[in-house]
Amino acid sequence: MKHPFFHVSPQDVVPVVTAAALGLEACTHCAAVWRDAKDGEPCGVCGTRLHTRKPDSLNRTWALLIAACILYIPANLLPVMVTKSFFGTQQDTILSGVIFFWVSGAYGLAAIVFIASFLVPLFKLSVLMILLISVQRRSVWRQPERVKLYRMIEIIGRWSMLDVFVVSLLTGLVQIQGFAQVTAGVGIGAFGGVVVLTMMASLSFDPKLIWDTADPDTPATFKVLSELTAESKPV
Amino acid sequence: MERVTDTIVCEGCDAVYSRPTLRPRDVARCPRCNSELDRHNGEQRRRILPLTVASLVMFAIANGFPIVELEIQGLRSQTTLMGAVVALGTEGKSLVALLLLATTLLFPLLQLCILVYLLVPLARRRRPAGFAVLVRAMQTLRPWGMIEVFLLGVLVAIVKLSSMATVLPGSALYAFMVLTVLLSAVLSFNPRGFWEMAFDTTGKEAD
Repeated sequence: MKHPFFHVSPQDVVPVVTAAALGLEACTHCAAVWRDAKDGEPCGVCGTRLHTRKPDSLNRTWALLIAACILYIPANLLPVMVTKSFFGTQQDTILSGVIFFWVSGAYGLAAIVFIASFLVPLFKLSVLMILLISVQRRSVWRQPERVKLYRMIEIIGRWSMLDVFVVSLLTGLVQIQGFAQVTAGVGIGAFGGVVVLTMMASLSFDPKLIWDTADPDTPATFKVLSELTAESKPV
Repeated sequence: MERVTDTIVCEGCDAVYSRPTLRPRDVARCPRCNSELDRHNGEQRRRILPLTVASLVMFAIANGFPIVELEIQGLRSQTTLMGAVVALGTEGKSLVALLLLATTLLFPLLQLCILVYLLVPLARRRRPAGFAVLVRAMQTLRPWGMIEVFLLGVLVAIVKLSSMATVLPGSALYAFMVLTVLLSAVLSFNPRGFWEMAFDTTGKEAD
C-alpha cells in the first residue's frame, strides 16, 4: 500500500497550504486539528491552549539565548572542579579536563568530553542565533535544512549535561578526608545554566516560523482552498 | 470551533496533509521539511506496561546501591546518586544539586509513575482521573529526564579516576545500563498513542 504522499517529491509540494492559511490550528500535544479556534482557546481533546505559533517565540528565544551566551563565558573560564589532595589543590576548567584526558592518552574520551561539553553548546548557541536572525529577515534560504538543524539541536542539547554529571559524581565519590577531596567549582553551576537555558530556548523556538516568509500584510492566497475534506490529497 | 478529522498538520512547517493510514511501525514524514508527522506504535501498546514496571525495578536498584566504589591505599569511598546530590547540597552548590536531582531522579521517576498510573486503568479500557494533565506532563517532562547522559557521565568519571585509584563498579552501575536501554524503549512510545487508546476518535481500532 502506498501512502498518499510518500511518492511526492519535495519540489512538487512547494508551495504547500499551511494550517495558518486555512484557519486551522493543530494542538501541539495531541495533534487534533481545529477549525475557527480562537488563539489561546483550550483544545477540545486534551485542554492544551491552541496557538497558530508558539506565543512570543522570537522574544522568548532571544532572551534565553542571550542569557545562555552570557553564562557561557564563566562556564568556560571558571573552574568546574577543585581537587584537594596532599599534592596540593588543583582547579580544573572544562577545557583543562579535556587536555588532561588527551595528555594521558585517552583520546576517545577526550573527544567525547570535548564534543559534549565544548562543541555542542557552542553549536547550539550559533544555530539558535542563525535560526532567529534568518526568521526575522524572513529568509527563504535552505528552509528544510534549517528545520533539520533545529531538530538536531533538540536531540543533542541534552548531552552537554555530561560534565555536570561527571563533576557531581566525583564530588559525591571522592570524599576521602585528608587524602583526596573533590568539590564542585563555581563554573559547573554556570555550565549547567547554559545547558538548561539553551534547552529552554530551543523549546520556545517555533520551527514553523522558518516558513512564514510571506509579508504578513498581504492577504493569504490559499484561502480559496479552505474547503478541506477528509479524502483530500496532500494539499 | 470544530474538529477537522483525518487531517494532520506538520509540526515543523505547518503544512496540512490528510492523515495517512499507517501500518504497524510505519513513520510518516513531511515531504517538505522531513519532520515526523505520525508514527504507528505497533505492538508497543502491549509491551509498554511490562517495560515500565521493569524500569521501575531497575530504577530502585540503580538508586538503592552504590554506583562506584573507590579504593586508594586501603581507604574506601562510595556513593549513590542521592549521595552525590547530598554532597553537592552540603557544599553550597544547591542549584547544581537540584539540577542533578531533577534530571536523573525526580523526572524519570515521575515519568515512570505517571506511565503506570495511566496504563493500568487503560488496559481495562478505563480512563484514569487527571488523564489529560498527566499525558501533557509526560510530554513536558520528556526532554528533561537524562538517565542516559548520566550513565555516560559515570563512565567518564570512572576512566578519570582509574589512573589514580582502584575503581570498583557497583551493582547500581549495571542497573543504570539496563535502565537506559529500558527507558529508551519505553520513551520511544509516541505519547499521542494515549489519546488514541483513551478516545479512539476514529471509531476503528488501530491494531
